[in-house]
Amino acid sequence: MRRVLSVIVLNEHGVLSRIVGLFSGRGYNIDSLTVAPLVGEEFSRINIVTSGDERVFEQIVKQLHKLIPTYKVIESGEFIEKEMALVKIPLSENLGGLDAVLKAYNGTIANSNENFLFLMVADDAMRIDNFLKTIKKYNPCDIVRGGSVLMEIK
Amino acid sequence: MKEISGSAMVCEALKAEKVKVIFGYPGGAALNIYDEIYSQTYFKHILVRHEQAAVHAADAYARMSSEVGVAIVTSGPGFTNTITGLATAYSDSIPLVLISAQVANSLIGTDAFQEIDAVGISRPCVKHNYLVKNIQELPRILKEAFYIATSGRKGPVHVDIPKDVTAALGIWDYPKEISMKTYKPNYKGHAKQIKKFVELLKEAKRPLLYLGGGCVASNASEELRELVKMTKIPAVETLMALGTLRSDDELNLKMAGMHGSYAANMALSECDLLISIGARFDDRITGKTSEFAKRAKIVHIDIDPSSISKIINAHFPIVGDVKVVVSQILDELKQEKIQIQTEEWLESLKRYQNLYPLSYDDSDEVLKPQWVIEECSRLAPDARIITDVGQHQMWVAQFYPFNFPRQLATSGGQGAMGYSLPAALGAKLAVGEKEVVINFVGDGSVLMNIQELMTAYEYGIVVINIVLNNAFLGMVRQWQSMFYNEHFSQTDLSKQADFVKIAEGFGCAGFNVTTKDEFRKAFKEALNAKQTTLLNVAIDRFEDVLPMVPAGGAIYNMILPKLKDKK
Repeated sequence: MRRVLSVIVLNEHGVLSRIVGLFSGRGYNIDSLTVAPLVGEEFSRINIVTSGDERVFEQIVKQLHKLIPTYKVIESGEFIEKEMALVKIPLSENLGGLDAVLKAYNGTIANSNENFLFLMVADDAMRIDNFLKTIKKYNPCDIVRGGSVLMEIK
Repeated sequence: MKEISGSAMVCEALKAEKVKVIFGYPGGAALNIYDEIYSQTYFKHILVRHEQAAVHAADAYARMSSEVGVAIVTSGPGFTNTITGLATAYSDSIPLVLISAQVANSLIGTDAFQEIDAVGISRPCVKHNYLVKNIQELPRILKEAFYIATSGRKGPVHVDIPKDVTAALGIWDYPKEISMKTYKPNYKGHAKQIKKFVELLKEAKRPLLYLGGGCVASNASEELRELVKMTKIPAVETLMALGTLRSDDELNLKMAGMHGSYAANMALSECDLLISIGARFDDRITGKTSEFAKRAKIVHIDIDPSSISKIINAHFPIVGDVKVVVSQILDELKQEKIQIQTEEWLESLKRYQNLYPLSYDDSDEVLKPQWVIEECSRLAPDARIITDVGQHQMWVAQFYPFNFPRQLATSGGQGAMGYSLPAALGAKLAVGEKEVVINFVGDGSVLMNIQELMTAYEYGIVVINIVLNNAFLGMVRQWQSMFYNEHFSQTDLSKQADFVKIAEGFGCAGFNVTTKDEFRKAFKEALNAKQTTLLNVAIDRFEDVLPMVPAGGAIYNMILPKLKDKK
């Protein structure tokens, strides 16, 4: 089962490798991972998408707590979850209908040059999945997903 | 404030933490630290002969004294040699601080001579680690290292200090107290949970205490003995908990698990309330988890929340320090004055104890390891015991009567061969001249750190090493006999070194022993010796450790000894 969680950690040397090492060492999955410092604080926020049954997830949360630089593990409650995707489409493709697709997903054309269009979409991960399925017919030559960023609703 | 060097800071921190003995081995990147050690008078430095031994010695020093152990090594291979020691201490939650030197900051990342990513390597083997980037943060990091090692669920902490930091000058402002935003261990049990627990006790008909290493770590033996006395609840101990209760306490069902007593394993299988105290449901205890204590409600008392419900789902978790929580329970019980009816339960356990007590067929033709161990306890009662890993370790756990906590130091979680000889030296330095330290070791494992006989000789550290020699890697041989068609693949050690000569070569005394009389004579000589001794004791080659639960099986299905004359 897909799970999301955020870890607030001291922004110090080696902290990310502690988190990543915990996952790899104990055989947990990381489906996506995003990291950035919290504004004006000594902490960083690490957003992790993982999978596992309830018991595994409970262990992941406890093990994350156990790391010395971990300040907080946010795992319950609802999140706003957004992920970004960039898509490169050859201009030579038939681009009919692209506008409507972009509109449906609040996407934009981020850039273009003589050969390609660069599309940008930010949405929840499942809708990004759908967007990428839809966009397949334009034969994208590159797709980059950014990993989920999370914010708790409360 | 006066500025001092990073090396001086290391020594000042050890002084502030009241460290009396450290174990180490110098090298290029550690030269500044060792220059400072040369001129200080705060602590004694023991030069071991291999860095792994430094950590094992510091580990046993901590286990015996309940104080923090300290080891110092140089960069690169000096550091990598410590990993087995760190892993051993981490698995058994032993408080120690390892200080390793590192190449200078300017060289880090250049693949310099004796450079290795030390914190990268030690990360999964320690509670926490630090790479000190500059002198300003060194006092705080040293303080945090000792605080983290000795608080909460204890464990090893590794501090890696680049050479330029050991030379740099900085202000020595060592914090007296420390408060960390992200690390606040919880010691007191939740009051409501304690009350609930006492309610559970009232209903229980077959309650059982399952005592683990946390009972020793938190020095809770006295409280636990009171709890057992007050409630008449029987108890089983893990390898790490031996000595928490007296071995002759009627309610002590002895060690549980793969080589546990029949009564202990049956008690675990039939109890209706399992009270786990500072234990972590290791696979060597539980066997097949779906069959483990399956009729019982599980109470799990542990200082580490991640231990709770990790293996077996706990119905009533209590997070806290064992000593504190058990005291809270005792207070509650004194107020409530409840009566727990355990007579029937105790009677059926008594039957199990009588049915299959821990026993063996003794012989006058060949020495039995169990006899040797029992004889040691008769000739030197209440000795401090160190073991290595393998059959001898389990025989000691089964047949040496442990009567006080911290009487035993053994590599439990990792089962690291090579532990015991350096550990015996660390233990002896912790307990002092008056106490006898006996190291039980196999003929396989003794060779893994045999060079430490030199350390014993140099510093006049007197321990008795008893090599239970079956000319096999005995535990592996036992499994090969039972489950691998007697294919003794790479386990036959019948080509033997001359252990007496080895001992003598290192300035120690050696004895070859093949009979009971020889053993008694040699052991008495060893007890009176002013030097470290090694008794090479030839034992029955094919003696097995029994009872035994085959790996992955339910713990009530035990292979029991087929005794000729039942004792």
